[in-house]
Amino acid sequence: MSAFGLFTQILQLLLSLLLAPFFLGWLNQCRAWLQNRQGAGIEQPYRKLGKLFHKDAVIAESASPLFRMVPYVLFGAMCLAASIVPSLATDLSFSKAADAIALAGIFALARIAISLAAMDIGTAFGGMGARREMLVGFLAEPALLMVLFTASLISRSTSLTVIVETLAHRHFEIYPSMAFAGIAFLMVLLAENARLPVDNPASHLELTMIHEAMILEYSARHLALIEWASSIKLFAYVTIGIALFVPWGIAQAADWLGMAFALPILIAKLLVAGAGLALIETLVAKQRIFRAPEFMGTAFLFGVLGMLVHFLLGA
Amino acid sequence: MAGQYINLLASILLLLAFAMLSQRRIKSLINLFMIQGMTLVANTVVIASTTGQTHLYYSALLTLTLKVVILPWILYRMIRQLNVEWDVETLINIPSTMLVGIAIVIISFNLALPISHLAGTITRGTIGIAMACVLLSLLMMITRSKAISQVIGFLSMENGLFFAATSTTYGMPMVVELGVALDVLVGVLILGVFFFQIREKFESLDLKHLEKTEEE
Amino acid sequence: MNGLPMDLIVSAALFWIALGLVGLVAQKKPSFVRNAIFPLGALAGAIVAVSAFFSSGVETAVSFLGLPDLPFHLRLDSLSAFFLFILGSATFGISLYATGYFRNEEKHIGTLCLEYHVFLAAMTFVLLADDAFLFMVSWEAMALSSYFLVTTDHKIPEIRRAGFIYLLMAHVGAISILLYFGSMGGDYGFDAMRKTHLSGMQATFAFLLAFFGFGAKAGMLPLHVWLPEAHPAAPSPVSALMSGVMLKTAVYGLLRVLFDLLHMQVWWWGVVILATGLSTALFGAVFSAVQSDMKRLLAYSSVENIGIIFVGIGLTVIFKAYAMNSLAALALVATLYHCLNHAFFKSLLFLCTGSVLHATGERNLGKLGGLIHKMPWVAWTALIGSLAIAGLPPLNGFVSEWLLLQAFLFTPGLPHSYLNMLIPVAAAALVLTGAAAGYVMVKFYGIIFLGQPREEKLREAKSSGKWERAGFLWLAAGCVLLGLVPFFVIDHLAGVSNFLVGASLENRDWLFLAPISSERASYSPLLFLIVTLSAIGLAFIAVRRFYHGRVRREIPWNCGYPVWNARMQDTSEGFGQPIRQIFDPFFKVGRELPSPFDSKPRYSAKTEDKFWYWIYIPFGRAAEYFAGLFGKIQQGRILVYLLYNFVTLIVLLLIVQ
Repeated sequence: MSAFGLFTQILQLLLSLLLAPFFLGWLNQCRAWLQNRQGAGIEQPYRKLGKLFHKDAVIAESASPLFRMVPYVLFGAMCLAASIVPSLATDLSFSKAADAIALAGIFALARIAISLAAMDIGTAFGGMGARREMLVGFLAEPALLMVLFTASLISRSTSLTVIVETLAHRHFEIYPSMAFAGIAFLMVLLAENARLPVDNPASHLELTMIHEAMILEYSARHLALIEWASSIKLFAYVTIGIALFVPWGIAQAADWLGMAFALPILIAKLLVAGAGLALIETLVAKQRIFRAPEFMGTAFLFGVLGMLVHFLLGA
Repeated sequence: MAGQYINLLASILLLLAFAMLSQRRIKSLINLFMIQGMTLVANTVVIASTTGQTHLYYSALLTLTLKVVILPWILYRMIRQLNVEWDVETLINIPSTMLVGIAIVIISFNLALPISHLAGTITRGTIGIAMACVLLSLLMMITRSKAISQVIGFLSMENGLFFAATSTTYGMPMVVELGVALDVLVGVLILGVFFFQIREKFESLDLKHLEKTEEE
Repeated sequence: MNGLPMDLIVSAALFWIALGLVGLVAQKKPSFVRNAIFPLGALAGAIVAVSAFFSSGVETAVSFLGLPDLPFHLRLDSLSAFFLFILGSATFGISLYATGYFRNEEKHIGTLCLEYHVFLAAMTFVLLADDAFLFMVSWEAMALSSYFLVTTDHKIPEIRRAGFIYLLMAHVGAISILLYFGSMGGDYGFDAMRKTHLSGMQATFAFLLAFFGFGAKAGMLPLHVWLPEAHPAAPSPVSALMSGVMLKTAVYGLLRVLFDLLHMQVWWWGVVILATGLSTALFGAVFSAVQSDMKRLLAYSSVENIGIIFVGIGLTVIFKAYAMNSLAALALVATLYHCLNHAFFKSLLFLCTGSVLHATGERNLGKLGGLIHKMPWVAWTALIGSLAIAGLPPLNGFVSEWLLLQAFLFTPGLPHSYLNMLIPVAAAALVLTGAAAGYVMVKFYGIIFLGQPREEKLREAKSSGKWERAGFLWLAAGCVLLGLVPFFVIDHLAGVSNFLVGASLENRDWLFLAPISSERASYSPLLFLIVTLSAIGLAFIAVRRFYHGRVRREIPWNCGYPVWNARMQDTSEGFGQPIRQIFDPFFKVGRELPSPFDSKPRYSAKTEDKFWYWIYIPFGRAAEYFAGLFGKIQQGRILVYLLYNFVTLIVLLLIVQ
């Protein structure tokens, strides 16, 4: 565990924590622009977090200790996820602790934790949200794993840093299987982060909400932690996407110059990704909830096809 | 490097075939068909430039005009006039169709394996993929209930064949290609006429009405 | 040390039998039976576990028991030692729990104690047997003792029916195993079988017989039907033993046959096992998601886990058949690790349902809820078990899942092209199963322990006693430790994998799990936990440091709806509904929908297993029909029977001549 590794690790983690609300703000702002609205500004998520942290927490009478623990668990899990996905550099101290499969495990852990918390109060909405979240997750998790497996098959490693090193730093090669993986990943990203065709982040309509239904009973600092964790999750997903599909610019081991370039490159990619996501969310309409399994099933099968194509074409 | 591009284009073709399987809207089906045409054009151009077969450039031009411009335009007009732009019910749900599709990919690749050993051209996997595209288009024709999606399935089947021809034997002779192109064009026109007739008679394009026409 | 582990294990098994007899004699003093005999049984379990863990090499013995000229052969090698370790360590927790649990069963505690301990001893001898004779005797003893345990409440007709199905399936399987031993050529000793070489057809025949026989015991598709019947019927510690340990004896048997006795592998055997395993796993996962009885749900989850274990075995066979020994070792280690994990988390969950059952008298998920407030011990240990079974890091279920997926991913290209493409599809199906397990566990845990109590009587539920807690804690600690320091078990498994597939994993770093090399894949549960915990801790401290910690308790907001009661929560049927809808073709669903004009609307949906209608009921009818034909020769007149004898005698004489 080198000093440089530890430094980049902590730098990357802190940066992810700080940049995650920024990315969400940028995404929302782009959406607002595309929809001909003024928008609340990029810094809105920070303001919201600050406001929530200062409020008095209200907890339902029927809540168990589990309910109060879950926001922290969620936050911790997302911190780990953000620290093992190489977004700035590939020399990360914690990256050996968890590989691509464990990354999917972390997301599953977070998903199950929040679903359990949603069921804890015993309201109709909580249970409904938990059920829908698990339904989406039940197909999204395998789909994500298929995407990661396709990348692992190419780089013959499940370690995320090795995957990025292989994809970014060896001589340029086209991997057709990644085209399938890319489609599947985009669908998973939208579904897992409660974005548009599956869930609407801007709506509290009872019949359609998933993520919002689960966190209805949270308030103040607990809600702030959950909101923050969700933005880190979105950020982590986008950086996974960047790491797998456009990895160029991520600094290699012990490379100070590369590090200096990596940050502006990352921010540029994030800006583009945010605008792209906003565009997708503006163009597509919310699907009926019964279509969600079909959507996720399609994503999963595209992931499987990616793996198959890797075997078919040998690349 | 050219091999890599062809592989990429081949897998995009496969991707489009699966995208067609997972699409409900006829409008998106036509768009996908158009992209399929563009992929074919790109593929033909790549092969033409690497092998120096100039006739392939003409073939690419032909594909461009016919499959990217004319046919989609006809189809667009047709659906607007027939008023079937929106959702089509699939007979089997989409994930199951795609599961069958995956099985088809595995089977067709293994079937094509001996042929691709013989072929020895630029890439190995493309024959399997072309075969899979043909079969997947057939699958799409089976699982849709509206007649117009059958036409699109038929056209994309022809695309698969065309892809197989260009990437394995560097294209068919020009005469054959022109003939096929004309056939396809005329076929679509005739089918269009049929559709209008069918709708006149049954007030719907749903195929289940055609089942009643058998003699009793 | 040589010879000592074997002696200890055999004495522990004999001690169990003795304990059972003492319990039977002393049944007039139930509190003595509970408080003295079961803890002693737990102690014997611990002895078995410890001596199995420290045994090394191969020990054989010829027992003084058995028939004249037909002695019992015993053998303790690394494979049986590992399964004995599973048996001993799980039994330790379960017996401790049983001490507390059986306080309500004092009526027939004597017979219960005898059957329970004979069951344990029989499983030990199954694992130790080195000849077909002892193996079949203890296999049958195991089946019979567990049958009597399942039918403890034999006054209830459903339980008698469940017991009958169980006994029937156990014997169908046993006959197949017996035929397998018969097909292995003359001698009944395992040593002789190791030396015989069967030709291709014979070997395949033998394999199929063994696969069918052990598969019936393990609950593979379509022979799984007894599991969801027998597990809910049995008392909870017995369900825990049956699911956690007894199913593993079948896995042991299959491994013993495939890699030791038949000592040959054909790739398509592996494909058969893999495909059966995958369909079993998916089937189990999907069915457990739609169950409403908590023990039935767990039983289907056992079916799923057995499926995963079979996938691992199938993969091992495929790799071994193509002489890829190190990959075979990886798949085998994953399989064995999953066996151990399943013994811990499934036993734990069955014990938890036992406590819930005692406290509330309810097995139906729809009548439970909110127990985390009343039974915190059970709830928190059950949480560990649920998270482990859902395959979440850093608990133990994830480790074996991770290893198995690695085995799939590092298939460097098998020489068979269809196979090569089926492997990723199989990996995808496996991952889907894992995700479904998460769904099931959220349903299981959320509906039993979270939310509001769905019935008034749940507000008076009492928490578990101290013996029961000891049992939980041991098993939960096992789930956590096996998850955090997998290195020690994997290191131990090197012996087994060397013995069975001739290779072992090269994992030298105790902190990291890196089966091939750390470049290719590594996972460190301890680091994982430390990083997550420190992030949680820092977040907690920061939030507390910079912001006030004021908390107010209020009635839930619930989107502003004024009325809320326990009936508004998701029922178990409601929670399973999406799965039922997606996988509709798999189920036979009977629905009862109310009409809009009903004054007292009723809704019900009953999901049934189609296999009953596809296989068992037609089979049962056929059997009944043929039995009816035979019934015609029954006349009830003694003269006719004498005539039968006479005719038979004449015919036999003619044949002999």
